[in-house]
Amino acid sequence: MARHSVVAVALAGALALAGCSGAKVGDSSSGSGSGDCGAFNIAVNPWVGYEANAAVLAHVAEKELKCKVTKKDLKEEVAWQGFGTGEVDAVVENWGHDDLRKKYIDEQKTAVSAGSTGVKGQIGWYVPPWLAKEHPDITDWNNLNKYADLFKTSESGDKGQLLDGDPSFVTNDEALVKNLNLNYKVVYGGSETALITAFRQAEKDKKPVIGYFYSPQWLLNEIKLVKVKLPEYKAGCDADAEKVACDYPDYDLDKIVSKKFADANGPAYNLVKNFKWTNEDQNTVAKYIAEDHMSAADAAKKWVDANPDKVKAWIAKA
Amino acid sequence: MAAVALHRGTPRKTVIVAGIVAAWLLLWLLFRNLATLPLDASALTPLHRWVNDLNDAIGASRNTNPLFLYFFNEIRLVIDELVTFIQALIAQSGFGRPVPVIGWLGVVALAGYVSLAIAGWRQALLAVAGFTFLGLQGLWAESMDTLSLTLAAVLISLLFGIPLGIWAGLNDRVNRIITPALDFMQTMPTFVYLAPLTLFFLIGPASATIATLIYAAPPAIRITAHAIRSVPHETVEASESLGATTKQTLTKVLLPSARGTIVLGINQTIMAALSMVTIAALIDAPGLGKTVVKALQTLDVGTAFNAGLAIVVLAIVLDRVTTAAAARRATASRPVLIGGGVATLVAIYFSYTYLWAAEFPSEAEIGSSIRRGTTAATEWVQDNLPVITGGFKDFTTTVFINPLQALLSESPWWLVAAVVVALSFVIGGVRSAVTSAVCLGLLVATGLWQDSMITLAATLVATVLVMVLGVVFGVWMGRSRRADRIIRPVLDAGQVMPAFVYLVPFLALFAASRFTAIIAAVVFAAPVAIKIIADGVHNVSPTTVEAATALGSSGWQTITKVQLPMARRALTLAANQGLIYVLSMVVVGGLVGAGALGYDVVAGFSQGQLYGKGLAAGVAIVVLGVMLDRLTQAAAKRWDQQEVRSGKA
Repeated sequence: MARHSVVAVALAGALALAGCSGAKVGDSSSGSGSGDCGAFNIAVNPWVGYEANAAVLAHVAEKELKCKVTKKDLKEEVAWQGFGTGEVDAVVENWGHDDLRKKYIDEQKTAVSAGSTGVKGQIGWYVPPWLAKEHPDITDWNNLNKYADLFKTSESGDKGQLLDGDPSFVTNDEALVKNLNLNYKVVYGGSETALITAFRQAEKDKKPVIGYFYSPQWLLNEIKLVKVKLPEYKAGCDADAEKVACDYPDYDLDKIVSKKFADANGPAYNLVKNFKWTNEDQNTVAKYIAEDHMSAADAAKKWVDANPDKVKAWIAKA
Repeated sequence: MAAVALHRGTPRKTVIVAGIVAAWLLLWLLFRNLATLPLDASALTPLHRWVNDLNDAIGASRNTNPLFLYFFNEIRLVIDELVTFIQALIAQSGFGRPVPVIGWLGVVALAGYVSLAIAGWRQALLAVAGFTFLGLQGLWAESMDTLSLTLAAVLISLLFGIPLGIWAGLNDRVNRIITPALDFMQTMPTFVYLAPLTLFFLIGPASATIATLIYAAPPAIRITAHAIRSVPHETVEASESLGATTKQTLTKVLLPSARGTIVLGINQTIMAALSMVTIAALIDAPGLGKTVVKALQTLDVGTAFNAGLAIVVLAIVLDRVTTAAAARRATASRPVLIGGGVATLVAIYFSYTYLWAAEFPSEAEIGSSIRRGTTAATEWVQDNLPVITGGFKDFTTTVFINPLQALLSESPWWLVAAVVVALSFVIGGVRSAVTSAVCLGLLVATGLWQDSMITLAATLVATVLVMVLGVVFGVWMGRSRRADRIIRPVLDAGQVMPAFVYLVPFLALFAASRFTAIIAAVVFAAPVAIKIIADGVHNVSPTTVEAATALGSSGWQTITKVQLPMARRALTLAANQGLIYVLSMVVVGGLVGAGALGYDVVAGFSQGQLYGKGLAAGVAIVVLGVMLDRLTQAAAKRWDQQEVRSGKA
């Protein structure tokens, strides 16, 4: 029995000898964020476009302004809630969200807008490119009833299926179908994943699908989905949710920051306020992340290194 | 279960049930699509608006409310401290060090040593191999974060859960009070309370831990209570007649006899905690869940699977070690323990001091091969199978789901309510009828009647599938240890592999549909039913089985006449848990095309103005769960009594 422990001790001794070489913990200390910038808590909402914005901002704040950046992965609702509890400083791509604006900017006064990101958002109904090519007139809503049979599925019964997806965003689709007298049924896919899978498969296997989608979105780099023309949007045509019979408005995607963060008026706040780029810029970074499988941080670095002028403009004005 | 009970009921009852169903069909034809209480996806009721206002008011008063300032804050501080402490030990930089106190070598050694000490050599090897594998996957840091959170949640769950379970096992009244609370915790979708949790406990480890333990504690409590209850009365009576005090009976008789089953409860708690990893990631919980969520944004199934696999590995190691620890008392000899202890300390010292032992070397890596392999496999499946699977989906939907859904959701609400109350009365008497009536009333009150009926149809189909699988595989595993060994890891994988990982291929195979949601629910719920039935069948006393065999029973007869009836308590528990697990997947179903209540909850989590509706949908899911649960239990009880009676005859 005693032999066991002898063996074990000998083994441990051998390990000890073997271990006595190599770098020690704490040998090289990398200087982490310091300077007058302080802490910068940036919310990261769960979609790639947002992540592109956040990664670039975080990179610049960390490398140029020496802030101590903390990225927090949060859903929109939770992120906005964080303005009040002091845990979130900035949301850097906001799609409208009038309800949240009303609650946190107007009522609780814990958040303020920090201006446009320069990215334009668009929502609508899309079909895969092969379908638009085969039936060019399908991209006009007036002809949709003619093709309703094409879009029948096990879920839509004898009507055409209009696949709705991500519940994160307002949809008027049920009202639209009713008010435009379309012979379609809205089927709630329930997630972006469901939409992307459906569109990918549709394009590859030449299957007909029509569904709710939006741009900018990384999938559009891979598949050029075609937008279906709905009756033109005019200011106020979507005022009554029940009676909507027009297209979705274009969104100016903006930034929201906590009131405290704005009042402190530090370098990080000025960076967020001045941050502005284009759909193309965002798509580039989103492509690095989604298709080239780079980490968000590496993708941001690559873009920042290639666009020093744009970055300079964001910091210079501080 | 209901069906089983009815078949065994008196012929008169069968006729009554058939009569009720026939009347339902007839009236359905007459009143179809009248008074179905539908509600559009974006429409709200006054109740939903009221909940929204209430939620806003609570949020706005956060900084002045003493309940927040003193009560919730204190809880948050304690839990935050606990989690941060564990993280600093094994997962993240802390105590002024750039790396955790114990590096990978130390953690692997420690895992091996603890397993050796409490469970034996085999488990020690498994633990070492498993933990090393996590490092090889390139996910060491993430895995340790997940392990820290899980350990914290499980520790707190057990701290409160085991005593509560024992109490509920001993005291009927406590059991009656606690059961609805547990049902609520297990079936109320996490999405409903995730956002409020961060309001109460802020964004951080505390909220993630609490979200996890709300879901993970109930199995420990329930199964502990069940275990205490299942100890034969004769044993307890014998102990009491020998003059043992209540305390002595508890510690010397009840707990030792219930030990095996209590451990099953602990295992289920661990599994449940690990199954929450992805959802907790939505409120910034660190670890593997984040990897899965991020990968899903770009539909990177390979990366998601690699992270999911790490969760499965963690689950299997924790499960096997705890199970073995419960089964055996004698462990490794003293010298081995001392020697192992010294070696572990040396390893911990290395991992504290040297970089190579602190951070897992990135050169040794198999994660990228796993990612590539999975991606290739998924692509093959998605390219080649949808033709077959799509047809299967269409067939099942037309033959099973659509008719059931049409009957439930296109009947007037009063007709469905009357039928359910009548059936409840036939099955369980006045008590059941009253319970069902109250539940149905609540469903109407939520304003989501039609959505509830659509979800109910899918739930019933899924539960039937779960029980079919449960009986088939459970009996097989209960009768053959080898089958058990091979199938069990697959079941563990089904329980803890995040649904998000397999949703992408499922969506490709079956499109966004109710059927996809049902399959996802079955994958998650069948394992628990199978395990419980296997446990029940295995525990049927061998002498009884031998006696049956000796009397010339065939294998089939032994199963149907001896093993299944003797394991009927396990069958009841399996149906009950299977149902509850199916309901806990309703929300995931909402993400893949099930619509109805699941979608309402998801939308409520994502859009402020739908919060109240999401909460109402969550309540509707709970109410459905309670109603179905009570009905199956009443049916099972009746079956139990009949068996006892016919056994005596």
